[in-house]
Amino acid sequence: MSLPEPLAEIVDDFAAVDGQQKLQLLLEFSRELPDLPAELEQAAMEPVPECQSPLFLSVDAADREHVRLYFSAPPEAPTTRGFASILHQGLDGQSAKAILDVPADFYSALGLAEAVSPLRLRGMSAMLTRIKRHLTD
Amino acid sequence: MPVAPDPNPSFAAYAHPERLVTSEWLGAHIGAPGVKIVESDEDVLLYDVGHIPGAVKIDWHLDLNDPVTRDYIDGEAFADLMSRKGISRDDTVVIYGDKSNWWAAYALWVFTLFGHEDVRLLDGGRDAWIAEDRGTTLDVPENPRTDYPVVERDDAAIRAFKDDVLGHLGKGPLIDVRSPQEYTGERTHMPDYPEEGALRGGHIPTAASIPWAKAAAPDSRFRSRTELEEIYAAYAPTDDVVAYCRIGERSSHTWFVLTHLLGFDKVRNYDGSWTEWGNAVRVPIAKGEEPGEVPATA
Repeated sequence: MSLPEPLAEIVDDFAAVDGQQKLQLLLEFSRELPDLPAELEQAAMEPVPECQSPLFLSVDAADREHVRLYFSAPPEAPTTRGFASILHQGLDGQSAKAILDVPADFYSALGLAEAVSPLRLRGMSAMLTRIKRHLTD
Repeated sequence: MPVAPDPNPSFAAYAHPERLVTSEWLGAHIGAPGVKIVESDEDVLLYDVGHIPGAVKIDWHLDLNDPVTRDYIDGEAFADLMSRKGISRDDTVVIYGDKSNWWAAYALWVFTLFGHEDVRLLDGGRDAWIAEDRGTTLDVPENPRTDYPVVERDDAAIRAFKDDVLGHLGKGPLIDVRSPQEYTGERTHMPDYPEEGALRGGHIPTAASIPWAKAAAPDSRFRSRTELEEIYAAYAPTDDVVAYCRIGERSSHTWFVLTHLLGFDKVRNYDGSWTEWGNAVRVPIAKGEEPGEVPATA
């Protein structure tokens, strides 16, 4: 599996703990999701047509060697925030190619399937797909 | 019931007002003997972000579903879960959760499969508690282990299986509580959950579309009896009703409304729901806005 260094480290961190501790780690990530920069706050408040998802995502690929990722999700959706934060810490600043090379099922290596419903877990893969779509369109 | 119901007049019109408690009532009963509080959410992390003091967490995925077979846990596993959480058979259990008590109603329905008698919902759920700034804690209570008896699950009264639904077509009402787009077949999944799809879109023939959320007010509380009677005006309390959604959680909300708030005496939740029906081979499916005809072969 070819993962950018920061994302590979996160996967290792999750692999090192089990059960309830994995959820605690995910909770820590959800707390670490940074606020949006001021210029994006307005856009995040506008509803996205055809999408009721609580996740706001903005991809700045002006410099394809250093893609910037911005996420926002409400505090009442900590799991979504946790997933977003993992992708933020793992992929922000990476090249477009490195991001496109991340396997769609990388999340299975986090070993969260026992604690988080596998159906919900695939939400993280959906998030990654949305990021990749921004980089290929 | 061991603990007197919440006498709040706003519940008086419901068929079974004892099935609901207000946040005021719950606030005054934290730690009361015989009262146990359970949080059950869709988001697995919410309880750990802060919960009602004294509440224990019960997770639909980890705790209530069998880890291997697509089914609920059995009597032994339920007894063990209750004992670990410090809940006794005669306790009053108050359940609350996120998303207008979506998953809380699901947990309540599962408690009912095991015949736990006194189980109630906090009207408005987690949202109401947080909006009223009633205080949360990070402390996980360490309740002494109880000795909850092993009670076999009784699916007959409130749970429907695929074959029951096939036999029900044309004989009694079916209510599809999913979004209108899922009902027509335009979508094969919920708007926010693209990963929980089905191979076919549409609805079970003859099912009426009444999205579950119609029964919830914007503040997450249940609508008044008058409003609910209007929403479900097509049905009588003696009707044999089957409700379904995608995996049975949204239809638990509707099951609660029909059974406990409107006093219907025979409502079953088809928990296989669309993720079973929409993936099953050769079952009849209707597409579009009309309920559709009873299939000749049904």
